[in-house]
Amino acid sequence: MSKTIYAKPKSLTDTTFRYCPGCSHGIVHKLVCEVIDELDIQGKTIAVEPVGCAVTAHNYFNFDVVQAAHGRAPAVATGIKRSLPDRIVFTYQGDGDLASIGTAETVHSATRGENITVIFINNTIYGMTGGQMAPTSLPGQVTQTSPYGRDTHTQGYPVRICEMLATLDGPSYIARVSTDTVPHIKEAKKAIKKAFENQINGKGFSIVEILSTCPTNWGMSPIEAMKRLQDEMIPYYPLGVYKDVEEVNE
Amino acid sequence: MGEKVLMKGNEAIGEAAIRSGCRHFFGYPITPQTELSAYMVKKMPKIGGVFLQAESEVAAINMVYGAAAAGVRAMTSSSSPGISLKSEGISYLAAGDLPCVIVNIVRGGPGLGGIQPAQSDYFQATRGGGHGDYHLIVLAPNSVQELVYLTADAFNLSDEYRIPVMLLGDGTLGQMMEPVDFDSIPEPVYAEKPWAATGTENKRDKNVIETLFLEATELEERVLEREKKYDVVKEKLQRYEAHNTDDADIIISSYGITSRVVETAVKILRDEGIKAGVIRPITLWPFPEKIYKQVKPKAFLSVEMSTGQMVEDIRLACECSAPVYFCGRTGGVIPTPDEVVQKVKDILKEVK
Amino acid sequence: MENCEVILAGFGGQGILFTGKLLAYAAMLKGKQLSWLPSYGPEMRGGTANCHVIVADEPIGSPIVTKPNILVAMNKPPLDKFEDSVAKNGYIFVDSSLIDRRVERTDVNAVYIDSTRIANEIGNKNLANMVMLGAILKTTEVFSLSEIEETMKKSLPAKRLPLVETNMKAVKEGYDLV
Repeated sequence: MSKTIYAKPKSLTDTTFRYCPGCSHGIVHKLVCEVIDELDIQGKTIAVEPVGCAVTAHNYFNFDVVQAAHGRAPAVATGIKRSLPDRIVFTYQGDGDLASIGTAETVHSATRGENITVIFINNTIYGMTGGQMAPTSLPGQVTQTSPYGRDTHTQGYPVRICEMLATLDGPSYIARVSTDTVPHIKEAKKAIKKAFENQINGKGFSIVEILSTCPTNWGMSPIEAMKRLQDEMIPYYPLGVYKDVEEVNE
Repeated sequence: MGEKVLMKGNEAIGEAAIRSGCRHFFGYPITPQTELSAYMVKKMPKIGGVFLQAESEVAAINMVYGAAAAGVRAMTSSSSPGISLKSEGISYLAAGDLPCVIVNIVRGGPGLGGIQPAQSDYFQATRGGGHGDYHLIVLAPNSVQELVYLTADAFNLSDEYRIPVMLLGDGTLGQMMEPVDFDSIPEPVYAEKPWAATGTENKRDKNVIETLFLEATELEERVLEREKKYDVVKEKLQRYEAHNTDDADIIISSYGITSRVVETAVKILRDEGIKAGVIRPITLWPFPEKIYKQVKPKAFLSVEMSTGQMVEDIRLACECSAPVYFCGRTGGVIPTPDEVVQKVKDILKEVK
Repeated sequence: MENCEVILAGFGGQGILFTGKLLAYAAMLKGKQLSWLPSYGPEMRGGTANCHVIVADEPIGSPIVTKPNILVAMNKPPLDKFEDSVAKNGYIFVDSSLIDRRVERTDVNAVYIDSTRIANEIGNKNLANMVMLGAILKTTEVFSLSEIEETMKKSLPAKRLPLVETNMKAVKEGYDLV
């Protein structure tokens, strides 16, 4: 008798990922879908996908998906959740979408304590448009629009979303996780699960920032990219739980 | 007819929307439409509805996008500068074939412009406003009672055709009070929405609301499919009011509050023996072009609170059967009946 | 007169819009055609306020009154601004407590009412509009006293119904002055 020890989550379609080799989207898509399966909410879930590489997420997610305009995913999710309060609504956004063009929507859905879940992929670069400087690009980072390295005098500093949102009363759960090692990926899944459970329990806004890689636009091999995440990103974007209302209350 | 109530135009839109089954309103404050939001925020909590003051017009229209995608009747309202901000979202709503109602209580522009009534957003409303090949159905009421009727129609039409509908008013209509009867408004006709993103409940294949098509031929196909729908709407939905056109030497066109000024002017003209007639477009898109091909005046006149926008549609519609003149004020100034009367007399000297 | 085109004007806080609403509501109760159009915008707070009311038998064209047959000037700027536009043989009501000049036109009926002072005397300067309304009713007979009282009862929210008596007292003061 053979025994199933691993299966692709049913919330993922059979479509092969078209993301670049070494890109973290595949990992995060799978984690999100595993969580949705484990919580048995596939039939209740509505995803809001962003503009960015994950604009194709609906090819992989096996539940209802609404594609939002660039940066507007939290507003779209708000509209859905307020219309269907018993459904599970999450946004899946990159750093350009969430932390640049959509900053207002991010901050205000957070401060309203909107009962949604936000999955935030921070890979410090615009992927889909070919590697431009992101709001989260590190000081000195070379991109297409910072060819001499991000100059903080003229191009400013990276935005630390978790730290910023943690100053608000509205959000219930804010965590930053990473996809660089197996233990970190396990941590990431736990955080994602909590962010969905919070919504199920009516706790309000939960966001998980996931430090991710973009080997193609970083001009690196997948292994080099993973090393950059560990050596450069994690020191600048410390991992951890930035807010957890449950803990505060207990 | 039921009992009449005295109500401001803006508030009447709110009540009509609620009676039309709208339970989701996403707003952002701007003069001169504020009373509509104020009405909704008081009423919605009492009937289990949602009123949300968004962080911006951009967010408000995207909340409408989400609510419409989820299959409910949703509405937002604003005034000119706010509609410019919403235009991004409106393009997406059109691209997603999502029904919703957008109210524009127009004020003077461009830029911040002013807060007095204007009709200078005609091009924006009828030509798109946002990017891409799309149209809205644009309804232009001219009284508080008609605001109410057309609000009800707006929800039904939007559901029927899956086209966002814009209710185009102006500061005067929004602010004025007239008696209004709610019992005679059209009943809500709810469309099935099997396309909506409501969660599959593991009973159907997933629904995806998407507006990105990277294959040029696929996008073209989608756009042309929508164009066919627009053709149906153009054929079936041209609405207007016309009178005194048979013997008319001049036919005056105007919409919204300006048409009320024109009615007064036409009364004066007819009393003086001048043969003036009226075509008042009620749908601005589709423009009621057919009627313009059936009439034979010596001249057409478009009266607008703009520098001349609808006048172009009249020129297209009448196919040069007579010269088309323009008379208007802009920036928030309302033309007077006397100005219209004088313009008509000047034109008739020219075309005789 | 049964029908009228009215411009009421003064400064914010004088109850200009409310007075206009009473006329509009009274017209509705009588089954008349009517429109009520306020000025709007920042000037509503302390600046000038005006509203246009039309009462008619036929459907109303433009709700903007360009040739009023009743002008009510509760302070000087509107008298200066609108005096010339009043229709021949029309009425100009002037709050002579606050306006120190006479109407210059000779082809209109000018009515001077010391409404703000009288309102003060009966205990509330905010009732100047009601005193003026009384004078308008008596002079033009556009509505009867009982029609206006009925209108107040029907249009005011329940918690403000006690105001009907106070308002009507002021209306009668103005009515008896003319």
